Formats: sequence, structure tokens, C-alpha cells
Amino acid sequence: MFGGGAPPPISLNESAARIPRRSTGFNQFTRAILRPDGQRVLDLGSTSSSNINFITGLGHKAYNEDVLMAGNASRLIIPGLEEGTKTVDVARFLAEDLQYEAESFDAVLLWDVCDYLPEPLVKPVVERIYEITKPRGALLAFFHTKDAGAEAPYFRYHIKDEETLELQQGPHFQLQRVFQNRHIENLFHNYNSIKFFLGKENIREVLLVR
Amino acid sequence: MWKSRREDEKPSPSPNPQQPAPVVPAPTSYQPTRTVETPKMDNYRADVAHIGKSVIIKGELSGSEDLYLDGEVEGNIDLRNHNLVIGPNGRVHANVQAKDIVVHGKVDGKVTGTDKVELKKSAVLNGDIETQRIVIEDGAFFKGSIDIRKSEAKVEAARPAAHAAAAPMFNPPAVATPHAGASSLAEKK
Repeated sequence: MFGGGAPPPISLNESAARIPRRSTGFNQFTRAILRPDGQRVLDLGSTSSSNINFITGLGHKAYNEDVLMAGNASRLIIPGLEEGTKTVDVARFLAEDLQYEAESFDAVLLWDVCDYLPEPLVKPVVERIYEITKPRGALLAFFHTKDAGAEAPYFRYHIKDEETLELQQGPHFQLQRVFQNRHIENLFHNYNSIKFFLGKENIREVLLVR
Repeated sequence: MWKSRREDEKPSPSPNPQQPAPVVPAPTSYQPTRTVETPKMDNYRADVAHIGKSVIIKGELSGSEDLYLDGEVEGNIDLRNHNLVIGPNGRVHANVQAKDIVVHGKVDGKVTGTDKVELKKSAVLNGDIETQRIVIEDGAFFKGSIDIRKSEAKVEAARPAAHAAAAPMFNPPAVATPHAGASSLAEKK
């Protein structure tokens, strides 16, 4: 939507300051996964010690897979249909990443990954997430509003507590698109329920239940 | 006498307490690359087994002493109650078991640290982790599951505290409703 392919991820300042932000969507997500113990929670954002400690502290098993890093790997770049263009090898991505048995997870943290994913991967990734999530499983996703602008930086999301996230500027990824609410509903049309929460700093928080 | 000797022998948190810390020039500008921190291991290397970066091992690697691994291992590593450091050049395609495991390099396989697993910022780990404690630096790459296995004593001690900490999340705020903050709500049946 903003044009230009995703550049290779470049590490920014790894020790960048963390900005706290209250999150109603995450608070609702936490309530959904509070009980019983032993749930399987998949975090698809950047690896975060805070997130793992929070999830395991609730008595759950944490899984981590940095989908954005995987989706922008140079090994996935292949020539496009038109001469001189490049695209992403979706089949290879799905063969190597997000490889879990169907209905494996009770909850998934997608953060704002969809906004930064290369276009060919968005729908396949959402479909794969649906497959590996259990019925009644929860999914938390964030989406930028159009006011965020094309240069909205990519942040890592660290869980501080059940209602506070800490944002830390992470690797450089280009914002690829801005979803309208209607697009989000279409993208996640298989889910039983979808709730929108208006977050701060031009972010919409969406809590979905499969 | 014992007391003074113990103080002399007390290990320092610094791996090289007898020598002044090496002078590291302060970064003057941002480097847009994935930095690899080289662990300061001079004294550590003298005390532990060391596998250099040019060494390639295929097969079972077991031992009863601490190990610093900067080479490549394909197989299994089992150090039981001893510590393992995988250096920045370390490449491991193996299931790893040790007491404390520190990863600077790359690991493909299951990592079981009976006490602690630590992923440094240069670490790349594809595999599951099973441990009691975990530390992950910002920038580390991890793909897999984490199973925190607390010892029986710690489980009993932590259980009441964990429930107490979780309790407030059951109680919605006195004023806010469960949907407070929701700007719009679309429910599909």
C-alpha cells in the first residue's frame, strides 16, 4: 500500500528505551487466558524475556516465533512473475515457519505483525494462525490507523503487567499498509467474535476469539 | 585463617578479576549491524574445558566439568550438573543438557538447563527450552517453546504468591466495565 518492498531487517538500538502504554486489549486478552493453568500461548512478536516470564508466570507454556523476522528473511525472496520484480516464497515460508499441529494453541499474540508483513504473506499467515489456534482460543492483534503515517516505526512489545505494555523501538521494518476495520473483519472472518479497542498512538487493538 | 583464605579465593563476578578490564572504545555512532558480544573468557578458559572455533565434533559430547564451546557440534551434549557456554562462534545442532547454559552463538535443538538458560543478544536458538530460570537479552532470536520447570520446593513456595498476584486480574476495576476503552464493538455470532 505504501509501496516498496520490505527492506532486510536491520537491528536498531537494542537497548532503546521502553515506553509504557496501557492496553485495554491486552488486559482483556489476559483475562481470557487466566485460567486454567497449562495453556499454550504463542507469541509471534520479537523475542521478549518479559513476555515469556509473564506467560510462564501465569502457569502457561510459552512459545515464541518471530514471524516478521522470518517473513523478511532473504532466503524467501524469489523472482516475481514480472521481469525485474521480486516476491516472497509463500510456500517455503509455510513449510518452514508456523509449523505446528492444528489447534495447538489456546492463545496467540500477533501484536502489529500484519501491518509490517510482506503483502503475499498476510493472508496465508492469518489462515495458518487460525488453523493452529484451538476453538475458543484468543488472538490479540494491533493495527495502525491511517494517522500513524507511512513511517511509523516498528516496536517490540514487552509485557509489563496485565494491563501495561512497554514499547521498544526494534528492528527497522517498513509499515506496509493500513487496514480499515472492514479489512480486518474480512481478514479474520472465520473467527467467532472480534472486538475493537482504540489504543493510544494511532493503534487499534483487536481481540478475536476463534 | 580459613576466613581470610576464603576471601582470597572467592570467585569474582568478573571473569578476569586480576587484570584491569580491557579498554573498550565507546561507540561513537550507531552501527546498523547485529553486534556479536565476545564474552570475556580468558580466566574462564583456564578453568574449564574449551573447544575452539575450528573444531567440529559429530557425535555424543558428555563430561563432568564446565565447557566453553566455540566450535561446531552435531549430536548431543550432556554435561549434567556442569555449566556450558556456547561462544559467539559456536554452532550446535544437538540436544543440549547442562546446569547453566549461556548461548552467544547458534543452537538448533532442545536446550535443557537444569538451573538456568541465558540467551545473549547475539544468540540464535531454534528449538525448545526447558529450564527453571531464563534470561533473554534484547536482540536474541528464539523460535520454540519454553517450559519453566520449577523445583518441587519452589513450586510449593511460589504457589500462594502466584495466586495472590493473579487475583487482582479477576476483579474488574470498581469503575471501569470489562469493555471500558472499547471504541467500537463488533460481535459476530
